Amino acid sequence: MFLINCPYCGERDQSEFSCGGEAHIVRPKQPTELSDDQWAEYLFMRKNIKGVQFERWNHAHGCRKWFNMVRDTSNDKIHGVYKMGEKPPVE
Amino acid sequence: MTKYRVNKTKHVDQTKIVSFNFDGKSYHGFEGDTLASALLSNGVHLVGRSFKYHRPRGIMSSGSEEPNAICQINEDTDLTEPNVRATEIELYEGLKASSQNCWPSVNFDIGGINNFISPFIPAGFYYKTFMWPKSFWKKIYEPLIRWSAGLGKSPTKPDPELYDHKHVHCDVLIIGGGISGIIASKIAAKNNLKTILIEDKNILGGSTIFQKNENYKINDKYSGEWIDEEIAELKKLDNLTIKTRTSLAAYHSYNYLLAKENISDHLPLVKRNGGIRQRLWKIRADKVIVATGAIERPLVFNNNDRPGIMLSNSVKKYLDFYGVSCGFKNIIFTNNDSAYETAVSLKEKGISVEMIDIRKKSNSKIVKNAEQLGVKIYWNSTVVNTFGLRKIYSIEIMNLSEDGSNVVGNKIRINCDCLAISGGWTPMVHMHTQSGGKLDFREIDQTFIPNEIDKNHINVGSCNGDFELEEIINNTNKKVKNFLKVSETEFDNTSVINSKELNKRNIWLLPNYISEGKCKSFIDFQNDSTAKDIKLALREGFKSIEHVKRYTTTGMATDQGKLSNMHALGIIADTAGVKMGTLGTTTFRPPFTPLTFGSIVGRSVGNFFDIIRKTSINEWHIQNKAKFENVGQWKRPWYYPINNEGLHEAVQRESKAARDSAGILDASTLGKIDIQGTDASEFLNRVYTNAWSKLGIGKCRYGLMLNEDGMVYDDGVTTRLGENHYLMTTTTGGAANVLSKLEDYLQTEWPELDVYLTSVTDHYSTASICGPNSKKILKKIFPDKDFSDDAFPHMSYQNGKIDEINCRIMRISFTGELSYEINIESKYGKSLWEKCIEAGKEFKITPYGTETMHLLRAEKGFIIVGQDTDGTMTPIDLQMDWIVSKKKYDFIGKRSLYRSDTIREDRKQLVGLLTDDPNEVLEEGAQIVSDMSKKPIEMIGHVTSSYFSPNLNKSIALAVVKSGKKMSGQKLIVPMENKNINVTVSDSVFLDRENKRINA
Repeated sequence: MFLINCPYCGERDQSEFSCGGEAHIVRPKQPTELSDDQWAEYLFMRKNIKGVQFERWNHAHGCRKWFNMVRDTSNDKIHGVYKMGEKPPVE
Repeated sequence: MTKYRVNKTKHVDQTKIVSFNFDGKSYHGFEGDTLASALLSNGVHLVGRSFKYHRPRGIMSSGSEEPNAICQINEDTDLTEPNVRATEIELYEGLKASSQNCWPSVNFDIGGINNFISPFIPAGFYYKTFMWPKSFWKKIYEPLIRWSAGLGKSPTKPDPELYDHKHVHCDVLIIGGGISGIIASKIAAKNNLKTILIEDKNILGGSTIFQKNENYKINDKYSGEWIDEEIAELKKLDNLTIKTRTSLAAYHSYNYLLAKENISDHLPLVKRNGGIRQRLWKIRADKVIVATGAIERPLVFNNNDRPGIMLSNSVKKYLDFYGVSCGFKNIIFTNNDSAYETAVSLKEKGISVEMIDIRKKSNSKIVKNAEQLGVKIYWNSTVVNTFGLRKIYSIEIMNLSEDGSNVVGNKIRINCDCLAISGGWTPMVHMHTQSGGKLDFREIDQTFIPNEIDKNHINVGSCNGDFELEEIINNTNKKVKNFLKVSETEFDNTSVINSKELNKRNIWLLPNYISEGKCKSFIDFQNDSTAKDIKLALREGFKSIEHVKRYTTTGMATDQGKLSNMHALGIIADTAGVKMGTLGTTTFRPPFTPLTFGSIVGRSVGNFFDIIRKTSINEWHIQNKAKFENVGQWKRPWYYPINNEGLHEAVQRESKAARDSAGILDASTLGKIDIQGTDASEFLNRVYTNAWSKLGIGKCRYGLMLNEDGMVYDDGVTTRLGENHYLMTTTTGGAANVLSKLEDYLQTEWPELDVYLTSVTDHYSTASICGPNSKKILKKIFPDKDFSDDAFPHMSYQNGKIDEINCRIMRISFTGELSYEINIESKYGKSLWEKCIEAGKEFKITPYGTETMHLLRAEKGFIIVGQDTDGTMTPIDLQMDWIVSKKKYDFIGKRSLYRSDTIREDRKQLVGLLTDDPNEVLEEGAQIVSDMSKKPIEMIGHVTSSYFSPNLNKSIALAVVKSGKKMSGQKLIVPMENKNINVTVSDSVFLDRENKRINA
């Protein structure tokens, strides 16, 4: 059970949050211009890394804000959180 | 006093007699006893049968590692519990316990025959044998395995006891109240840190508390006396909470731990008074100090499982703590010094004891002490066999060869009534590894010890591999100081005397003159896996420890291999010729000891199982005898039976009334989202498939929402309340998810949009009135309002007032009838409803529930998202092409509607089905086929909604069928268990295709 540092509320129990999968997958601005393969890349393809991963999290039972988290999936260490639209902290 | 109770101790009050019952026989013990110590004081060793071979087994240990003495307690009561370890349960007046896994009794057990046919049931026997013949599986093998499988009996009645959860935070959590845990707690609490100490036994002190030996002294006192004083001081500390009878179940990441506190399990049943039985502590600690100690290893030799064979330190605990001698002619078989403490204790009390040591010699103080007391020691020897079916009575020993790989010389037979064994110590690293910590292998004593990299927890004492008293005290003090950043402590200058172990020798599988195949050298006592089984698994090609474990079931019993894992690893390493440290260990998973379901669930039972949501009109529904259905967390009226009506009759009546005159539905549960902002219209354009910019103020529109993959996600009517103000409705079950999804897009993809979302589901109550007379009823409620079609057309909304209370009236329809929905602030919901009922009286207004609502909309061919769709249906599949805007550049899911997969023509598509026999109602979920001749018969679809329509006087159904769009008029078959139903594909709108009713 993680202890997550919501960038808006501070440290809260993981049970207040929900995970939204890999971060920094931008919805294409012009989907209709894309081929099936390019659209599928956006829609389905995720890296599912063992190691340091960038993830989207939502403080669902709190401020309801979405933010990003850097987490090492191999040991669950959280290396940092940052707001939507911000650049990930340099590793 | 029974003859085995040889000693008076302060931990057992021999003035307070406690009577109990074991396997139908009455016994006496004393207050302070465990069930195990009380049984041993009565000379009872045989307490159970092993799982596979049904071999007689006795009490082996004195703690949570116990593999054999597991009992069913309080059988035939609501409070019965299986798999309780006799070594852990505190004795109380009236306790009833019985052996498990034996029939008809522990002394004569039919399953014992397995012992004699054991050469034929090796490791993997079940996997290998019950494969063939295939036809035997269902009728013979499976019932037989089921009968013989399982330990104990589950209770059959609801648990009458209460369980609780408690969340706590602390600066320092210390797990384990032995000597190192006590030192750590004192340092933490005295340095102003909020500290919690948990200990699974009922008293603190671990195994030091019964230590009274010249060779182990702290500050010139016996270590047992020293720790007594420490505990007394500890109890005076303010910021220390001591929780005894509390066992740590799980150590999760970020120092989140679960601990189970036993509150009433040690009380007689009559004294429990319906209070809380167990409390699950959910602890978030800033720092954790693990001081869980070590458990003694058994030795693996032929027939090492007879009743009367026990762990050496447990024999000492029974003697020095409980005052019970496990035997009068004891033999101790060891590979290390710690067993000599047991020998000294026995000898000092005048009890006969001899030692067998696999080492060639040891000159340590404690060994010399034993020799001086006249204990006979057989050096360089091993036990090769034991005798005695229900209790051990003699053993055979032989000398070891120089390298320990074989036995030499003659067999010597020695009589005994108790064989204490000690194979060294295994640090309890479970907590460390559960938290994500790694282990290092220490060659010198073949132990896995914690490798500490995590900054938020440390391991101290013997769980950290410190076994000598001096090391424990000094290293614990040093580590805790460092960890808590304390400069000096009272333990800095502690003087410690202890006997140091000078010689070590370890042999995982002791050699024998009997061939390996004929030896029964048990590793996992509860699951009956032997050294032979492990070697067989290796010969059969299993290499990974995880595979060997599962194949042989070693370490998979209720004790989770606390006694067996190390030996399994050792034997694998020896056999495969690899270093043990390279093998790794199996994964230690929570819980450390079994948890009751009650403690996991806590108070979330019965009415508290989940949140129950009720509309403001709920009370009226109850008064009017509605039957309810659960829709998500909501309680919704299902139907309103009159007299003795069943579901079918009530629904037929309700749906006829709704079409013939007037019906009323509580629609308050629909999700409602208030949308405001200058970009609200643009936002709706992006989330719905149809266009919204041109929707006039005061108009309503039905919208379909997709996922980005093009599949239908939710639907509902959205009303434009003002220039920049909309009210969106969602399905009842989808409300929360739709809001989350919309928020997600607003925050992450389109932060530039000026849109604000507010969930208002609970703020408004909704009465939906439908039927040809609904307009007249509305007119009565709102006499000043013009309800003409020109002034108030279908799909529009107006504000209204009832007695000065504002409300919103929408003319929208989910039934295909002329229909109005009135939204009012929730606190007025019930009075609004009653007003509608009153106004509708002359038209026989009929309240209807969800079942009738479903029927009515099916007649009209309206879908229910989640019933007619399942996350694989596009709007095109639903034949709802009309709602997908061709003009809009983009909306969620648009691009997916022309992926190669979504444009396939043979996708499942929504159609209507009519049964050839109009009275035959299809079953929802039934499969649909077209060709019965070609095998295997292809399933081409399934029924999603099916009803008997009283308004059409025939059965109607919606279904999804491959290429259904092109099948209109085609005959299909719905095969049921005992008949085939012929159906014809039809339009999915069964009633009023021209919308005459809606616009009436």
